[in-house]
Formats: sequence, C-alpha cells, structure tokens
Amino acid sequence: MPQDPHPPYLSPEYKSTVLRAPARPFVAPKLDPEAVELVDPVYGHTPVGELDHDLTRQHPGEPLGERIIVTGRLLDSDGKPVRRALIEVWQANAAGRYAHPGDQHPAPLDPNFTGAGRCLTDDEGRYRFVTIKPGAYPWRNHHNAWRPAHIHFSVFGTQFTQRLITQMYFPGDPLFPYDPIMQSVRDPEARERMVARFDLDTTEPEWALGYQWDIVIRGEA
Amino acid sequence: MPSLPLTPSQTVGPFFAHALPFPEGPYAVPEDHPGAILLHGHVYDGNGDPVPDALLEICQPGGIFGRCETDKDGRYHFRAARPETYISLLIFARGLLRPLWTRIYLDGDDPFLTSVDADRRATLIARPEPDGSYRFDVRLQGEGETVFLAI
Repeated sequence: MPQDPHPPYLSPEYKSTVLRAPARPFVAPKLDPEAVELVDPVYGHTPVGELDHDLTRQHPGEPLGERIIVTGRLLDSDGKPVRRALIEVWQANAAGRYAHPGDQHPAPLDPNFTGAGRCLTDDEGRYRFVTIKPGAYPWRNHHNAWRPAHIHFSVFGTQFTQRLITQMYFPGDPLFPYDPIMQSVRDPEARERMVARFDLDTTEPEWALGYQWDIVIRGEA
Repeated sequence: MPSLPLTPSQTVGPFFAHALPFPEGPYAVPEDHPGAILLHGHVYDGNGDPVPDALLEICQPGGIFGRCETDKDGRYHFRAARPETYISLLIFARGLLRPLWTRIYLDGDDPFLTSVDADRRATLIARPEPDGSYRFDVRLQGEGETVFLAI
C-alpha cells in the first residue's frame, strides 16, 4: 500500500475543521468482496455532452481571462489507467469570484463563465478541459487570507472506496506557504503532486496555455 | 506492479453547488422500484449546529448511486433501495479535508454492528418514522458522534 498522503481531519489552521473533524476513533470494517463500499457506482446524471469539458463555450460570449488547457491522466496506484471515469471540475472566474450565491466578495461575476465542467477519461485514462485560469480570492479564515488559484476536481474510480475530491494548483503561486488548506497536506512531496506542470507541448499557439496534471487514486481492493 | 504515490485529498469547499448537485441526484432508484425507501436526516457539527454545505453520496449493490447536498438547515434526503445489508454513505463538506465513510443500517442484526461498541452502535441505525420513511442523522463530532469507517 502506498503511504497515506491525505491531510488529517483536524488541521486547526484551517478553522472550519475544528468543529467538523471527528474526535472518536474510526472503526475498520472487514471489506469482503461483497462489501457495498467496493461497488462501482453508476453515475445517473444525463450523459456527458460533447462540450461539457469546455468551460469557455457554455455561454453566448467568451469569458474574460487567460484561456488554458488542463489535461492529464487518471491512474490508480498500481499504474493502471482508469478508463471511462467521470471527472467533474469547478472553479472561480478570472477575477476570483465563484458563480455561487455564497461568494459575495467585491469581484465581478462574468456572465460568460459559470465555472463547472465534466468529462469522461478515455482508454488511456486521459482527460482534457478547456477553461480560463481562475483568480486567487479572499476568505475569512484568518486576517488577510487568500486562496491560491485552484481548480476543484471530483473523481470516480471503479469502486466507491476510490472516490476522491481534491484541488489542482498552478506552479509558482506565491500564496502556497500561506494557505492552510494546501498546507494541511504535511508532506512537501505530496503537496507538490497537487501542482500542475506548465507544458509548452500542450500549449496551443495563438490560443491557450497548456498544463499537465496526473491524478492518482488508490488501487482496487 | 508499480506503486504510484497518491494525489492528496482536499476539501470540497463551500462553493460546489453550481457544479456537483443535480436535480435527480437524491433519487438513487425510481419511485416504482420495489421496496424503495425514503431516507432523510440532518448533518450536525461538534456544536450541534447544522452543516449547510455538506455533500452526501450513497452507493448500493448494482451500482445504485445517489447524491444530495444539505440545505440551509443541514438537511438531506434520498430515495434508495431497501438494503439487504446496509447503504454505504460518503460525506464531503467544507472543513472536511478528506471524506468520511459510514454505513446506514435499517436494523441492528449484522456482524459488523455487533463489532462496534454498544454505546455507539445506534449511530449507524436509521430510525423508522411514522410516515414509513427512515431518519439518519450524521453527527460529525461530539455527543453522539457517528461511527466513521477507516477505509
């Protein structure tokens, strides 16, 4: 088994964990082959549309901001590509504002950007999104708290136990050392695995910057 | 086989409502599914306050899957198949850096349940309501904390 790189539930620098992290011991069930946790969940939503992966084409006009391509592979820890798996993403717009009523900070909404997309991986586990680079945004965790730019990723494997929600960050962001969510991952190498790599080969001339980011989920039980 | 290092988990955050929930998400089985049950409850934090920004997912044999976000009162609901054993429940929320797994049982007759401390066992058993539905509350922390699974 690979080492568990995940953050602890209680990470007091991220204040919302203080009342939400369980305090009692967890119980380890024996997962026999019939365990419901090993079922492959069938996502019942409408089929993924051809343009669902392109967050810049969901409205009549083009969103403002730096157009980017984010692509990579979904693998399990055995190195196997996870095929035909659903990946959902969501993010703030270029000004750092979410199209969510809970985000009321004084940055403009973009009528041409909702910031939600999804796609299925191909036979090599590859996914690809076209979007705009999200902005940093302030939050109220502590004085002068700002989240580094990030894209939320929600990933399915072939067993419910493989379910993962995480965040992808952009290389060289000066906010990394100040962000208690990113820093909740204690191992620096594990933090680095949440940071995409700028890639000139993925970049398309006169059109969009390219980033590569592979996601590794636990292997099948 | 190579063993690749895993991508760490991060919180779902507070702003997923425009991306993850979908209208038919809570209805994991159709209304006419034989023995379908309605399941509902609240999610509470360590102060006993409702958690209005959690995302719950259920999974059952045959690939049955449901997804529901909590409302401003911390309430969720599902229509699910009557479980032969239990319903697997996964909880994401702002303030949860990694998700929580638990199980929803309709009665207490199961080897796993008997392996859980008697004083905490009831947190895994849904309570029948007069209207035929089942109530299952999730307490993330403190008094009556739900039993979560090391998975």
